[in-house]
Amino acid sequence: MPQDLPAGPKSTTAKYWRKPLDADTVKVPHGELHIVVNRCKGCLFCVEYCPREVLEMSQDFNVKGYHYPEVSKDDACVNCGLCEMLCPEFAIFCVLEEEGGGGEA
Amino acid sequence: MTKEATLEPELSHPMEELLRMDRIPHIWCPTCGLGTVVTAFASAIQKLEIGLDDIAVVSGIGCTGRVAGYVKIDSFHTTHGRAIPFATGLHLANPKLKTVVISGDGDLISIGGNHFIHAARRNIDLTVICVNNFIYAMTGGQVAPTTPLTANASTMPYGNFEQPFSIPYLADSCGAVYVARWSALHVRRLVTAIAEAIAKPGFSVVEVISPCSTLYSRRNRLGTGLDLMRFYHDNCEIKHGADTRELEIKFQEKITVGKFIDRDRPTFVQSMNNWYGKVFGDEYEPYEGAVE
Amino acid sequence: MMENLGLGIMMEVPTVIINVQRGGPSTGLPTLPAQADIMQARWGSHGDYELIAVAPSSPQESFDYMIMAFNLSEKYRVPTLVMMDECVGHMTEKIVIPEPEEIEITPRKLYDGPKDEYLPYRPDEDMVPWMVRAGDGYRFHTTGLTHDERGYPAMNAECQHELVTRLMDKIRTKADEIAVLEEDEVDGADVVVISYGISSRVAIPAVERARAEGVKVGSLRMVTVWPFPENRMRELAKEVGALVVVELNMGQMYYEVERVAAGNAKTILVPHAGGWVHDSEDIYQAIKGGAR
Repeated sequence: MPQDLPAGPKSTTAKYWRKPLDADTVKVPHGELHIVVNRCKGCLFCVEYCPREVLEMSQDFNVKGYHYPEVSKDDACVNCGLCEMLCPEFAIFCVLEEEGGGGEA
Repeated sequence: MTKEATLEPELSHPMEELLRMDRIPHIWCPTCGLGTVVTAFASAIQKLEIGLDDIAVVSGIGCTGRVAGYVKIDSFHTTHGRAIPFATGLHLANPKLKTVVISGDGDLISIGGNHFIHAARRNIDLTVICVNNFIYAMTGGQVAPTTPLTANASTMPYGNFEQPFSIPYLADSCGAVYVARWSALHVRRLVTAIAEAIAKPGFSVVEVISPCSTLYSRRNRLGTGLDLMRFYHDNCEIKHGADTRELEIKFQEKITVGKFIDRDRPTFVQSMNNWYGKVFGDEYEPYEGAVE
Repeated sequence: MMENLGLGIMMEVPTVIINVQRGGPSTGLPTLPAQADIMQARWGSHGDYELIAVAPSSPQESFDYMIMAFNLSEKYRVPTLVMMDECVGHMTEKIVIPEPEEIEITPRKLYDGPKDEYLPYRPDEDMVPWMVRAGDGYRFHTTGLTHDERGYPAMNAECQHELVTRLMDKIRTKADEIAVLEEDEVDGADVVVISYGISSRVAIPAVERARAEGVKVGSLRMVTVWPFPENRMRELAKEVGALVVVELNMGQMYYEVERVAAGNAKTILVPHAGGWVHDSEDIYQAIKGGAR
């Protein structure tokens, strides 16, 4: 299974992981992230807690003078929505991408 | 995904229908957990599929008191400590309306402490979301009845020596029917807890431990709100059904979170209708609200 | 209580508050009469405002003016105080309660127009905005903060000026309309006794005694004590020689009378610290002292 997933945190023991019986039929959902840059106050909650480390802080500033998150690994988002839930500024949300790697979550 | 799409999303944030977007950005500091609590509350409404006309929010004063101003439902920003009596009036006038009090620890437990204990005792059908940041944040970091022992506050510059309240213990001992505590980091469990609390008839309390970066953490040299979130991540221990006597929060020590109390007790209106039904028999018409 | 009176004024909530006055300060005289809260009623909450207060002097009036107080509070969307005193509060007298359909009730200004056009604090021609109820689907916000027509906080001097001016003017410009004054033999009087509540009944024997002795004495009883009937009082001060103010305090309404009399008439206070009502002799002497 791990090899089917988009790039996530590196594991050195992935080859020993048990492969689920339905690994062939389950499609990992893919989310498209939307960031409302100018709402961000740079708290880093989304960057810190993204389970797939999809985000990183930009070098640029938004209009309020904060660094804001950017998508660094475009394919890695699995649409879990944790960034959307944690964001105190309502500045990030993800939308399930139907096309390509998309499947019902 | 192109960068242009990132900068100007064509879609709108799913919370937007529940928020007064003409008031965003809100006033809360960077790395404050209150925005997260608002998202959790809004998600709980969506999860319960409550009509947006069937729920009202009442807040008191303080940072958390501003929640009422950002949610796009009937919302009331009242005076310091008086969110619960205001909400009691709202609920009794129209018991069909789901009435939720969202306010801070200083507001609800200190100046509003008496209202809190008596609303719990009477089992008024309210949901209280008490956001606990351990301090009076909006007014400058004064000591609150929830400030842990030894923690620094602007009115306790050498550290707090007053024994704090444990909100779940207080709520439990006063008769609340649902008591849970989560941190702002446990956002999914928080959504579940808020949804359960709203669905539960009677006085239900959800305490949310939330980071205050500007006052609590700065005065105590604990870093930013993100550092506090990391602290919750490493030090919150989930213990459902824990004895509420053991839920004291000590300064920078383990925090027990979970759902502690979930019991059934007739609500104020149910008790009234039951009793008068017994006293007056068929002559009594059960009270269902004053709004036609 | 006073903080929430201010909230009622700011949120424009129709409210009736009953204050059965007893002697103070502090616990003072439980429970013996006084009328020493009359200025607190007017100025107790912080900030600039106007409100309505009525002072019944008998059980029948308590019934009648209570209805009037509700009607006024609905009409002007303002807290209305019923300033009773211990004598009236404990008094036992026969009262006549009319049939419900004979009681005139001012309906609440409830808005039922399009939801997207509703602004909770847009004043109507009478400066009073339209109300909606929580749960009616308007999803409005209201706050004790200085707010704009949307009910959203707008903390700046311009908005404050506009709001506070309207809150005051909606009552102040209607003061003559609101005022209920019972005048007796005021035309051509030399001395007029001004009183309210129980003091107006206590003053009757003294007035009658002075009249029997040929003094041209009239009486003006304030049924509504706030807003102060400035125009009528000012007029009266130009027509008479002396205004005698009888009240169960050390001089409160007296200073209002003195202010509008502006030297046109002599103003005489008959004070009393409370605990009992005035001695008729004191009032009589004051009338005699004021007579030309």
